[in-house]
Amino acid sequence: MSQVAEAAVQTKEPLFSPKNRRLLTDPLDDNNPITIQVLGICSALAVTAQVKPSLVMALCVVFVCSVSNLLISLLRKGIPSRIRMIVQLVVIATMVTLVDQVLKAFVYDLSKELSVYIGLIITNCIIMGRLEAFAMGNKPWPAFLDGIGNGLGYGAILILVAVFREVFGAGTFLGYQVIPQFIYDLGYVNNGVMVTPAAAMFLIGIFIWIQRARKPQLVDIS
Amino acid sequence: MIQFLQNKMEQMLEATKDKPLMHTLVDGFGSILFAPKHVTSGDGTHIKDGMDLKRTMIFVVIAMSFCLLFGMYNIGYQHYHAFGMENQVGFFTKFMFGFFQMLPMIIVANLVGLAIEFYFAAKKGHSIEEGFLVSGQLIPLIMPPDLPLWMVALATAFAVIIAKEAFGGTGMNFLNIALTARVFVFFAYPTDISGDIVWVTYDYNILHQLFGMDLVAAGTATVDGWTGATPLALAAKQGWAEVVSKYSISDMFFGWIPGSIGETNKVAVLIGAAFLLFTGIASWRIMLSMLIGALVTGLLFNLAASSFEGLSPFLAVPFYYHLIIGSFLFAMAFMATDPVTASQTMTGKLIYGFLIGVVGMIVRVMNPAYPEGWMLAILFMNVFAPLIDHYVLSANIKRRLARSAKAAA
Repeated sequence: MSQVAEAAVQTKEPLFSPKNRRLLTDPLDDNNPITIQVLGICSALAVTAQVKPSLVMALCVVFVCSVSNLLISLLRKGIPSRIRMIVQLVVIATMVTLVDQVLKAFVYDLSKELSVYIGLIITNCIIMGRLEAFAMGNKPWPAFLDGIGNGLGYGAILILVAVFREVFGAGTFLGYQVIPQFIYDLGYVNNGVMVTPAAAMFLIGIFIWIQRARKPQLVDIS
Repeated sequence: MIQFLQNKMEQMLEATKDKPLMHTLVDGFGSILFAPKHVTSGDGTHIKDGMDLKRTMIFVVIAMSFCLLFGMYNIGYQHYHAFGMENQVGFFTKFMFGFFQMLPMIIVANLVGLAIEFYFAAKKGHSIEEGFLVSGQLIPLIMPPDLPLWMVALATAFAVIIAKEAFGGTGMNFLNIALTARVFVFFAYPTDISGDIVWVTYDYNILHQLFGMDLVAAGTATVDGWTGATPLALAAKQGWAEVVSKYSISDMFFGWIPGSIGETNKVAVLIGAAFLLFTGIASWRIMLSMLIGALVTGLLFNLAASSFEGLSPFLAVPFYYHLIIGSFLFAMAFMATDPVTASQTMTGKLIYGFLIGVVGMIVRVMNPAYPEGWMLAILFMNVFAPLIDHYVLSANIKRRLARSAKAAA
């Protein structure tokens, strides 16, 4: 009897086993929340006009996603399945309010710029989706890693889109001018489409195209 | 000699079998220069006419060439007109000015578009299709003459990649390529494609020197009272009376007005339209229903205008004059009838054309931000065309089911 218990202890995984590492790296590419799961598109279109708000948005989502995954995973045995959605929403809403208040207290300008979109993290399908799909059925540590991974995967796409949109739409990067003045003097004009959310849709579409052309096994996965 | 070249070509085709890009290139140029040996034959149960893609596309190019030639002349005419010199220079000088203004645009649009086309054809391993020949000519025709060349290149690349190659190439595009290129410029660089000054080239550029006008400085020497505004822009701002005071009806019909390169001369457009109808490439259903749609909407606006006096002078523009201002006829003849992006069913074509007419007029008259509505209306209906077809088909299936049920009972 004690031998069995000992065996169970021995097979306990190390914190960063290959399996756990995959939880972190998979959402960055092969299981990206935006390009493969096609979740969280709305905010990816809305906040990516500039790099700075996207960076903040990405950090917020990493935080909210990982912590609520951790909390729900801790609570998962005690949540009656009939009201699990409400419980998940309460946890997410608490985290989002926390983030919102911190932003308001320390970086008020940015929080004004992101305005309603921080509050709308509550409705970001990625977080709810990860809670339903992963945290409800897994131990706290993998759930935490999964939250971080998905938040990072989301943030990576967000920042990539934002870099393209800011450089070509405004000629700046993080607010500093990167396209030199003499190019403007030659007749270059900033691209007006890049300022509109439609550009983010084109860019994400192109990313999806490139990703699936590179890895044909991803076609028709979602 | 030709026989020799053709044989040489075939040898090259064989030799480049394992190099996709070269193979596509050789194949493409071979089939443009020499007619391919395998021609669709006219016999077969389902073949009404052995007409291949190449002939279809070349016919459209021929139909547009009248617009192109007049457009070139009109660029020169408007240019000299702006400086009050239209009587001092001859026909040939004006034409050559327009020709040299336009040539780089045509070259750039075709080079960029064909390069992308060749790349994707090689990548996917199929031969080049002639589809881009039409787009490559349409794109310069619907742009302002003064548009910077890099914008032409970027817009062409965007349209060909996003609207065409992403969806599978020629015959698969759900949006009209040329209009996609224009809509890209329209939203990306609005100052270069709308307003009063973009439709006539009077900026100081190398052509001025070539044509001995280096004494005329940029923008300063235009004659008193000259305005580059198109009749459409005038009608939108000040109403019909203002338009007629600047341009006569026959000027508008015969194209002595500023505007996009291809659309100013309505005669050239009508000749092209007649040619397309005669050869059966364009659908008369779409043209007719689009005409009716625009006229009906224009008539309704006229009726409404009397009860909203002073609200919008544009509402009161007589509905039949809407046909000769702006690019209505050009859009009707060459854009709406694009067989790939239009509805496929007969009833669907009627609905599709009619709705383009209605939506285009609404955008043109009601929305002050968009001076011309046909581009947006046609793209909008391009998106809806499959839906229209779906409902036409399912209605037909339902009707036949009911009929057969009745016959069985």
